Amino acid sequence: MNVISLVLQAGLRDLSRNRWIVAYALCFFAIAEGLFWFGGTGPQVLLSLLNLVLLVLPLVALVFGTIHVYSSREFVELLLAQPVPRRELFVGIYLGLALPLAGAFIVGAGVPFAIHAGAGASAGGVVALLGAGVGLSLAFAAIATWIALHTDDRLKGVGLALGVWLATTVVYDGLVLGAAAAFGNYPLERPLLALMLTNPVDVARVLVLTQLDVSALMGYTGALFQHTFGTSLGIGVAAAALLSWWVLPLGLAGRRFLRRDF
Amino acid sequence: MITLDTIRKRFGSLDVLQDVSLAVRPGAVTALVGPNGSGKTTLIKIVLGLTRADVGTLHVDGQPADEAGAYRRVIGYMPQAAHFPSNLRVGDVLDLVTQLRPGEATDDDLARAFEMHAIRDKFVGTLSGGTKQKVNAVIAFMFRPSLLILDEPTAGLDPLSANVLKEKIRSVRREGRSVLITSHIMTELETLADDVAFLCDGQMRFAGSVAALLERTGERSLEEAIAGLMRAERAPKLSTAPAVAAFTPTPWLSPAPKGAV
Repeated sequence: MNVISLVLQAGLRDLSRNRWIVAYALCFFAIAEGLFWFGGTGPQVLLSLLNLVLLVLPLVALVFGTIHVYSSREFVELLLAQPVPRRELFVGIYLGLALPLAGAFIVGAGVPFAIHAGAGASAGGVVALLGAGVGLSLAFAAIATWIALHTDDRLKGVGLALGVWLATTVVYDGLVLGAAAAFGNYPLERPLLALMLTNPVDVARVLVLTQLDVSALMGYTGALFQHTFGTSLGIGVAAAALLSWWVLPLGLAGRRFLRRDF
Repeated sequence: MITLDTIRKRFGSLDVLQDVSLAVRPGAVTALVGPNGSGKTTLIKIVLGLTRADVGTLHVDGQPADEAGAYRRVIGYMPQAAHFPSNLRVGDVLDLVTQLRPGEATDDDLARAFEMHAIRDKFVGTLSGGTKQKVNAVIAFMFRPSLLILDEPTAGLDPLSANVLKEKIRSVRREGRSVLITSHIMTELETLADDVAFLCDGQMRFAGSVAALLERTGERSLEEAIAGLMRAERAPKLSTAPAVAAFTPTPWLSPAPKGAV
């Protein structure tokens, strides 16, 4: 077996037994089951869960991911002291963090939809929600890895992770609203579309909503996005944007891992 | 075995290592000593390839150390404190390291002496610090490396385990393998070390045999000799009294010549 799969297996084994990861999966499961239990139909549960996913998933991936990378540092040093290439070690370490996070989300949020398959949630909608969740897990785990590798001070790193979360989930919305209000007399379509692509959370939201017939929940950028690209092209553009939000931070983190002094 | 030549390393504005040269002989235990913050850990990390030197070269068995790190096949490393993922079992950790170095001959002596078979199924998070340190030691010695780098190896070990480990170090030396060891317990180093390298403020102040150090300092023990070196280094910084201001380093404080070990 190669280094990536060995380190990945160790990461999976470690985090699958981690109580926070188990609690994270159980939390999604309990909330989705609770929504079904209280009479929600499939589409309603899907939409309620989407809001939770967009808020909680980046927070958990960023904070848990940053702390995990910091606390693994000494073990990583021990692995780096073995005759193994840094590049492969990095990929194994990253996947060993991101895949358990994504897996916990899929199990926690996916199983209730499988149990309540007859509740009316469209397969496309469920797949889009799970896909967006996986995309966000991979992207924010990459951002967390990059933060932890870039900042030696743990406190600063966790603070930075919280800052990224605030920026993408709270500040961003205010920024869009402020821009729309301040420059209402100008053609803002293109700048706002560009702004949307700079936020993985908004990209994930639009990606899921394009699969659901809920234009009222699209928001300004989402409605604009669907109007400009249509559904099919829109999904492609949003997926590409989310992919780049995964690849870019991962590339930066990898570059940092290869070059940094431990 | 390994030769470090004029190694320089700077972190920001801080010169951590300044033209440090050191040779670790085959079949010898070399003690790397110095005050806290003197650059010992950085030097070890440079040997391991965890930290890159700004200037200088590292040769292992006469060959320049490669960037890919294949030379680490001859090195066993025991860090100062053991940190393993807490949800892995001891067996998981040992298997991982074994699989990362496939095809290498293994030495189970220490694993047997530390009774690893009895804790293989235990989660690392449930182990005491000393037991984790035993796992750490087993990993370092597992592949019969020709160079062992041990950073405070007996820290946290009970006296019996510390003795087992020290005996293992002696047996490694008898087999003609090299050991680079750091410790603040000079009495321990005195019973193990053949050579000593004294780092202070990032500079190699002495590199030679223990006997040569004792002869130069006129002290009877390694502890007294190193304490004397440290006192001499600290004296001008700690006091502004005129008598101390006139302090002149003794000749043996000058940097060791290349290849002095």
